[in-house]
Amino acid sequence: MLHQYYPSLPHDVNCPYHPVSAVDFMPRERLRALQLHRLQATVAYEYERVPLFRKRCEERGVRPEHIKTLEDIKLLPFMKKTDLRDEYPLGLRAAPNSEIARYHCSSGTTGKPICIANTMDDILVWQNGVMRCLAMYGIRAEDTLQVSYGYGLFTGGLGAHYGGEGLGCTVLPTSAGNTDRQLMLMRDLDVTAIACTPSYFLRLMDEAQKKGIDFRRDTKLRHGVFGAEPWTKAMRDKIEQVAGIVAHDIYGLTEISGPGVAGDCSFRTGLHIWEDHFYPEIIDPETLEPLPDGETGELVFTTIDRRGMPMIRYRTRDLTRLHAEPCPCGRTMRVMDRISARSDDMLIVHGVNLFPSQVETGLLSVPEVLPHYQIVLTPTETMDLLEIKVEVTPESFSDNVAHLENLRKRVFAAVKSIIGLSPKITLVEPNTLPRSEGKIKRVVDNRPKA
Amino acid sequence: MTIKQLSIFIENKPGRLAKVCRMLSGAGVNTTTLSLADTREFGIVRLMAREWERALETLKADGIAVTASDVAAVEVPDRPGGMAHVLDVLDAAGANIEYNYAFSLMPQGKAVLVFRFTDTEKAVAALEAAGVKTLGPRELFG
Ligand SMILES: [Zn+2]
Repeated sequence: MLHQYYPSLPHDVNCPYHPVSAVDFMPRERLRALQLHRLQATVAYEYERVPLFRKRCEERGVRPEHIKTLEDIKLLPFMKKTDLRDEYPLGLRAAPNSEIARYHCSSGTTGKPICIANTMDDILVWQNGVMRCLAMYGIRAEDTLQVSYGYGLFTGGLGAHYGGEGLGCTVLPTSAGNTDRQLMLMRDLDVTAIACTPSYFLRLMDEAQKKGIDFRRDTKLRHGVFGAEPWTKAMRDKIEQVAGIVAHDIYGLTEISGPGVAGDCSFRTGLHIWEDHFYPEIIDPETLEPLPDGETGELVFTTIDRRGMPMIRYRTRDLTRLHAEPCPCGRTMRVMDRISARSDDMLIVHGVNLFPSQVETGLLSVPEVLPHYQIVLTPTETMDLLEIKVEVTPESFSDNVAHLENLRKRVFAAVKSIIGLSPKITLVEPNTLPRSEGKIKRVVDNRPKA
Repeated sequence: MTIKQLSIFIENKPGRLAKVCRMLSGAGVNTTTLSLADTREFGIVRLMAREWERALETLKADGIAVTASDVAAVEVPDRPGGMAHVLDVLDAAGANIEYNYAFSLMPQGKAVLVFRFTDTEKAVAALEAAGVKTLGPRELFG
């Protein structure tokens, strides 16, 4: 049976007359007409202004007027992250500098960063996406939102900030870092909602525990708005259990705007995509053919009303599926499965596909373990060694060697049952796995690059 | 009588034990005894100190995995068969020993045996009823 997850739901959380949420409930035919109108305008705009796009269309013999239905989008060429790198810094910019309001950049793990140019309208669309997510979560003007995403070139901080302000919340812009001060302000200012990465929240949970702070007893925190990295359902359950808050999922990416492209409603059927701005497709990553709703493949977005740097059929590398059936909350915007794996994160070990999220799910099935782990791949004479380092936590630490050995065996069994490989499990001291901005580097691959 | 013992998780790597010791001495903690139970990959440092509360706070604040537990310290009787008597008493009481270790208490050099029981209260009661003396903080820390 479907049920709603929120502890005390504002009466208008799924109401088509809520001023921020109303558009979420637009009838499908009108939505499709709007999407087509916006798509046609964006394609014509991009064709006229971005040489790379025009060249690729010409190679395919496609002209803007060929887009007569939404399905015709499949005629258009794809964009990839490498295009943004190759065209660094502003080769894909479509509007003159006088119209650009703000840049955001994301550093790649390799080579050059990518740079996104936003007009003021683009920023307002982005803000609207975040506001609609927060409203859907049941966050209201009465709430105080602590924004513990990093502020700056990264879209997390400013995205959540302006979304919160737009909705009328009181915003506390702590940015990431300085966990002591975060916890102090959270209590002193009666913070009711926090926006940060799920792994940073785990860090706050650790720190709170060390200081004897109980989120339920000592804070007014009720909502967590978590995104910017894939996280598993098991991690969500853990956060909700320990901190006594509702852990909401927010999805987005800098290339498309930032957080607030999609979010989950109170029925948790997946994430509603704000497809009046961000038109989604699912494709087969091998053949590049569009897949019907219900089938899993790579998520592709077209920003149908962006002007600074429109993205047309941008391949996200995220694997998910779109739901064909409507959500009981009444929103007409399609739902996608929550994303717990990026195709970029996939490792191939001993010929088997391995996602860090699978390791995480296995670890979290052991009650006293927190997902503070790192996967290390090391070549040896015979076979690659798959090692999983797991930090011992004060809860999992017992003063008995046999208990620790037993913990190690249970972790091994739990992970093995999911990944089908036999990892070496190493228990390490707390807070010793290297972190950056509160995130543990999940994979260290020492194998020579093929 | 029981005594507070701190147990600390360390990886079995060079310098880890030294780091813990440095932190403790930096906090002004004098450890009366320190023992190490280890496997190939990790170890558990067990220690007793008069300033155990300060030691616990210092280590916790630094994010070290540490727990405090109650253990029983028994002075090894200075006569033949004395130790066997202690073990018989425990056996008869059905006390489950999780582990034990010995150290010698300075300056007299008395041998002390430390027991961690599954049910500490029950085991200590049995020892005391049989006339085996368990040491308290005063005897251990002077
Ligand atoms: Zn819904």
